[in-house]
Amino acid sequence: MTPRFKPGDAVRVRAGSPPGHFRTPGYIQGKTGQVASLHGAYKNPETLAYGGDGLPKQSLYLVRFDQAAVWTRYGGSPRDSLLLDIFEHWLEPA
Amino acid sequence: MTRVHDRGGWPGAGPVDKSEHELSWWEKRTDAMMVLLQSPDKRVIRVDEMRRAIEGMDPAAYEKCKYYERWLTALETLMIEKGILTREEIERKVKELDGRR
Amino acid sequence: MHDEHGHPHHDEREPTYYEKRTDAIQTLLIEKGLFTADEVRRAVEEMDARSPARGAQVVARAWLDPAFKARLLANAKEAIAELGITVGFEATIVAVENTERLHHVVVCTLCSCYPRGLLGYPPDWYKSLNYRARVVSDPRGVLNEFGLTLAPTVEVRVLDSTADMRYLVIPQRPAGTERLGEEELAGLVTRDSMIGVAQARTPASR
Repeated sequence: MTPRFKPGDAVRVRAGSPPGHFRTPGYIQGKTGQVASLHGAYKNPETLAYGGDGLPKQSLYLVRFDQAAVWTRYGGSPRDSLLLDIFEHWLEPA
Repeated sequence: MTRVHDRGGWPGAGPVDKSEHELSWWEKRTDAMMVLLQSPDKRVIRVDEMRRAIEGMDPAAYEKCKYYERWLTALETLMIEKGILTREEIERKVKELDGRR
Repeated sequence: MHDEHGHPHHDEREPTYYEKRTDAIQTLLIEKGLFTADEVRRAVEEMDARSPARGAQVVARAWLDPAFKARLLANAKEAIAELGITVGFEATIVAVENTERLHHVVVCTLCSCYPRGLLGYPPDWYKSLNYRARVVSDPRGVLNEFGLTLAPTVEVRVLDSTADMRYLVIPQRPAGTERLGEEELAGLVTRDSMIGVAQARTPASR
């Protein structure tokens, strides 16, 4: 499959709590970051969790967020960052 | 669905307790059983199923349980769900082993 | 007293609820042929054999050999295999490097993912609800609790392991270690420094 995003792209994490298992933490939903790297294509945990085959594979990205963009009252340094592995179907262009 | 496992930024969390304990035999066994059932040559369960079973625990139980207590609960849930074990069978075996102690 | 699985039941206390259920489930799954008692025993031994010492060996080599470090950062599993260490089937290990300007710290907020294939069982605090809650939103506060205070000029980068990657931190090589060999260097690399809640030890603090 062709990855939709490339390193440096600004992306927003989709918000919402669909029923069932997913690996996108609530605190990062709706937040905007930049794609740091593409890990590759990985099986989808959302169907693997119910005995499915996890196919089609999904592009999995390492996405970087500024801490200050995630927590309104972040008390650390403005340099600080937060990186998460996020599946493509949870990302939209920002 | 309650997302009791989704802990990042959870309000009211206090200092991190840095004390550690040596794992006991049942914790190691539970770990070993889970890993064996996930191994490529068995593939009875997937790690994602285990996570889902843990996340599906009653939220109060999730918060109260220790780490491997959650694992064992998930193992039981998945074995029953897959028709490999029944609840009755487990209870019976617990009693049977009790009688032998 | 030992039961048929060889549990070391040293005391006469009543087994706990979870001990009994572990025993019952293991016995049933053996009876049903899902695995053998021997397989369980070996799986425990394999995990027991994994310890932070393995990770320390990898880090010490990376400190000494820049070409190895480059391979480790590019493909950790293959680089680690060069040292004769196998990391199991469970996940993909990804190594990240701490520098003077960048400090990584690892967490799994959704469960407790950890590079156990290399480092062994995770410590209790790593699995605790408070660590999982706070290290993403207040990393410097948590690092302070671990005795690590970093300058504001350092980027503190939290890695939340939400997928199949298991992050291994290569801590900074301490000053004054230029003459040390691989084994001595490995002695400075603590488990906590490979999670990112501490720096490697200095030769003086050993």
